[in-house]
Amino acid sequence: MRFVTSHWIFSALLAAITIIVPVLNLAVPEGSALHIPTYAVSLFGKYLAFALLALAVDLIWGYCGILSLGHGAFFALGGYAMGMYLMRQIGDRGVYGNAELPDFMVFLNWQELPWYWYGFDNFFFAMAMVMLVPGLLAFIFGWFAFRSRVSGVYLSIITQAMTFALMLAFFRNDMGFGGNNGLTDFKELLGFDLRSQGMRAALFIASGGALLAGFLICRVIVTSKLGKILIGIRDAESRTRFLGYRVEHYKVFVFTVSAVMAGIAGALYVPQVGIINPGEFAPANSIEIVVWVALGGRGTLIGAIMGAVLVNMAKSYFTAAFPEIWLFALGGLFIAVTLFLPRGILGGISGSLNMLSARSRS
Amino acid sequence: MLRRLLLPLLLLFASPAFADQTAELLEGLKAKSYAAKIAVVEKLAASGDARVVAPLTAMLNGRLHIRKSDGLIVVLEKKDGKRRFLNALTGEPLGPAKSRSSKKIRVNNRLRGVLRGALGSLTLFSTDPAQRLNAAQSMFKSAGADSLPALAKAYLNETNDGVREALARTLAAARLRHGTDEEKLAAAHILADYPDRGVRDLLAKTAQTAKGDLLVAVKQADASIEQRLAFFDILQNLFQGLSLGSVLLLAAIGLAITFGVMGVINMAHGEMVMLGAYTTHVVQVVMQQYYPGAITQSLLLSIPAAFLIAGLFGVFLERSVIRFLYGRPLETLLATWGLSLMLQQFVRSIFGPTNREVIAPSWMSGAIEITGGLVLTNNRICIIIFAVLVFLVLTLLIRYTDFGLRMRAVTQNRAMADAVGIRSSWVDALTFGLGSGVAGLAGVALSQIDNVSPNLGQGYIIDSFLVVVFGGVGNLWGTLVGALSLGMANKFLEPYAGAVLGKILILVLVILFIQKRPRGLFALKGRAAEA
Amino acid sequence: MSEDVLYLDGISVSFGGFKALNDLSLVVETGEMRAIIGPNGAGKTTMMDIITGRTRPDKGIALFQGDIDLTRRDEAEIANLGIGRKFQKPTVFESHSVEDNLQLAQKAPRGPFATLLAKLSGAQRDAIDETLETIALTQDRDRMAGELSHGQKQWLEIGMLLMQQPELLLVDEPVAGMTDAETEQTADLLRGIAKTRSVVVVEHDMEFVRALGTKVSVLHEGSVLSEGPLDVVQNDEKVIEVYLGR
Repeated sequence: MRFVTSHWIFSALLAAITIIVPVLNLAVPEGSALHIPTYAVSLFGKYLAFALLALAVDLIWGYCGILSLGHGAFFALGGYAMGMYLMRQIGDRGVYGNAELPDFMVFLNWQELPWYWYGFDNFFFAMAMVMLVPGLLAFIFGWFAFRSRVSGVYLSIITQAMTFALMLAFFRNDMGFGGNNGLTDFKELLGFDLRSQGMRAALFIASGGALLAGFLICRVIVTSKLGKILIGIRDAESRTRFLGYRVEHYKVFVFTVSAVMAGIAGALYVPQVGIINPGEFAPANSIEIVVWVALGGRGTLIGAIMGAVLVNMAKSYFTAAFPEIWLFALGGLFIAVTLFLPRGILGGISGSLNMLSARSRS
Repeated sequence: MLRRLLLPLLLLFASPAFADQTAELLEGLKAKSYAAKIAVVEKLAASGDARVVAPLTAMLNGRLHIRKSDGLIVVLEKKDGKRRFLNALTGEPLGPAKSRSSKKIRVNNRLRGVLRGALGSLTLFSTDPAQRLNAAQSMFKSAGADSLPALAKAYLNETNDGVREALARTLAAARLRHGTDEEKLAAAHILADYPDRGVRDLLAKTAQTAKGDLLVAVKQADASIEQRLAFFDILQNLFQGLSLGSVLLLAAIGLAITFGVMGVINMAHGEMVMLGAYTTHVVQVVMQQYYPGAITQSLLLSIPAAFLIAGLFGVFLERSVIRFLYGRPLETLLATWGLSLMLQQFVRSIFGPTNREVIAPSWMSGAIEITGGLVLTNNRICIIIFAVLVFLVLTLLIRYTDFGLRMRAVTQNRAMADAVGIRSSWVDALTFGLGSGVAGLAGVALSQIDNVSPNLGQGYIIDSFLVVVFGGVGNLWGTLVGALSLGMANKFLEPYAGAVLGKILILVLVILFIQKRPRGLFALKGRAAEA
Repeated sequence: MSEDVLYLDGISVSFGGFKALNDLSLVVETGEMRAIIGPNGAGKTTMMDIITGRTRPDKGIALFQGDIDLTRRDEAEIANLGIGRKFQKPTVFESHSVEDNLQLAQKAPRGPFATLLAKLSGAQRDAIDETLETIALTQDRDRMAGELSHGQKQWLEIGMLLMQQPELLLVDEPVAGMTDAETEQTADLLRGIAKTRSVVVVEHDMEFVRALGTKVSVLHEGSVLSEGPLDVVQNDEKVIEVYLGR
């Protein structure tokens, strides 16, 4: 079917971008028209991380009908895990020159590293935490919520309360995550300077690769029998239940997978923007993710990626050129999409294509 | 001014005998040692001669001087940059004062304490009850053995209940320090009825030296006060919980209508609250401009104004956006969130991002002090009353009016309501308008306790949803119970966990609760719940 | 005891003061087909809810195949025990093809990891083909279920139940909104199914019940009013009173 071929084309395109952009940045001389400046590489790398986050939301919302308004929390947790590793990499090059403690702990007069910071010196441990912490939180949260059949709007509201609670917690200094200011001033990743051109390109490749892998994994999931059951849950939950499927197990499974993806996206985002702070937990951020997906077209995967990139490009443009207008534009987008494009751009296109082909058949 | 001149004169004529004695006593202040000066001050105070208030006050402020030329005790007055001497007792001007022509009578901290106490006992007989109350309270710590007779006399003559209470407390404290053994014992019993920190400190100090019966009495009094203070703490927490609960109720009750009755997820509800608060601000500015005399009434005027503006805006929203999204709750959620962003930016563009000031009318400022430990602020009390009124009116509206009947009919069975001739689309619009209008009312109340800024609504939206969901959707009583219990829980957790952690705890508890009872405290059961 | 596939005794349940079921007792033998009739609000759907674990009874016993307590299990568990349920309003997966609908219903491991890796075997394919034949939807196997006619959806749902290979089928108003011809075909279909399994049919349509030719239980105000062959039940004084009204 059309979708099967389009997803291969899309994967190839994504792979091509992942390779070509760094090449145009590193190998093409700066004067050339084809050269892509380093700041643009980082900017697009950030969009790719957001696209992975949108993919995570589409997997649960588009295919299983779970509207999470707290996915920013998983993204931020992944980001914090990465941030903690980057903090440990600073070593004694901080303002206070303390090799044992990050600057903000010295500032707070802490004497030793809290236990939950142990291990973050190690890259692989940190990467494991990037996936494990959001995954575990999603598993526990989902297990409680889905087992007691909290669904629909109720689930949306408690996911929002979850990220709100986490935001309040991370704002506290004594949580040990830098409070208000979060984690920043990073120097190196795996021993390479974070600000170097090569590093920027490498992060772009990592983001593109992760997005491609995420896309393919989501494809495998949604085209399997499990994916069909997810859609079944979305459209007729009780029918699925009466067929003998444990709906809560499916929801927990896909919710956890999605949270892990969001965590990875956060980990890719942090080194490219150089900071992670509690603002990432803000409920508004989580809702914004949903509008990326809604704009692109929920339940299409490709649409989610497109939506994330489009909205964020618009955001970069507006917040620089007309900061006053951005919230109007974003708010208007929310309304316009829900009123006039309920299936999103991609859903709208494929819908009209279907109609055309149906008409030509008859 | 007249009174200040007349009062000494009257006293002077009433008791001419001590005229010279006072002047003689005053001379004693020239003494070098502080102990001697203290003795003099105490004697002056015991004289009850009102003329000594002026020199003692001046002494306390470091303005009582000895004129070098003749050794007369004078008050140095500095007014409009000019310095002159005044007669210490009569206040009659004695001509300009050159610098270094006089020597200050020095005071130390201990002497200052004695002076304050002395001044206190002297004002015990003032004609102004506020001054007498002030004197009674200020003497609580300082009253010496000398002032016992004055205190006792003042207590017997006192006609004002409030002042009498304060005098009783001070008299008991003075007797506990300086009285006979029986008086001390009696004082300890009396003090047990005054549960505040000051009395506790005094009792603790007394317990260090007391023996026998007195020690027992003091300990009993202390225990009883401790108990009462703990009780007041609980009352204070209850009050604050009630106050927070009423704020939550106001913020959530509009939502209970739009979400609970209509099933519409209005994420812009917080912005309706914000509109109400800004309406209050605008009404106030207009009043200041055109009717500055009636500025205290501006808040009352804001109530209908905010209801109308937020309500009309709600009707507009329902007609232009929300009605196209019925039956699609998640889409409604997104669209109304978009609306909330636009509204915030709209207000920010017009009024700027900074806080706007809303003046509290005089009848809302101040506080009611039940006892030393229990203070209820007027604005909080007003908000509690306001919340209860709004709740009652809404409940009655829904239960007993024709509109309420139509509203319930449409919620329960839209098709049937249409069939019997109810224009359900207008009922929808008006219901949504009602919910929004009530949010506007909440904004009026919140303008009194929170910053009026574009982000005002954001702070309440999550709490409001939790209240509605916790209480059980579609049930105004559930919202009431939900708001009060969340408010109480918050305030009772706060002392143990701190404000932020307490809030987090509440969020976690509500999340857990919703998982236990997904449909809230007062859930509808059966077929109605399936819809 | 063991020949009863379903044994309900003294079941009561109330929703906020309204007694939906009041001391209901009902026994269905293994291999039996039973029709349940009754006016609106008699408790038919609530009874189905109790049997399939959607609603917990306030009191009473519900046993499946003699010794399995149904009141302690949830929907998925009961479905896997072998009780299939068709809803009053046809409920199929509208955005899946007819074939996928059957595949999802097919008896197979139900866990998420099993389904993630599931591959359709030849035997499973044959079973799907066979059912498509039975419910007369072979032509429409690739169509979206949402595009089917009302009657076809009803059949698809029955087909999905068959794919579950249940011991007991609960069928709620299978012919509501069907043409006469479709009703007749449905009756044939159900009679065929009843040869190998126990079936409980809730229905308003007396003609259809007559066509099924089975024992009938009449529900009224939450309990069984009368039981027996249709002719006997129809002449029962109490039943006439309930249906023709006071």
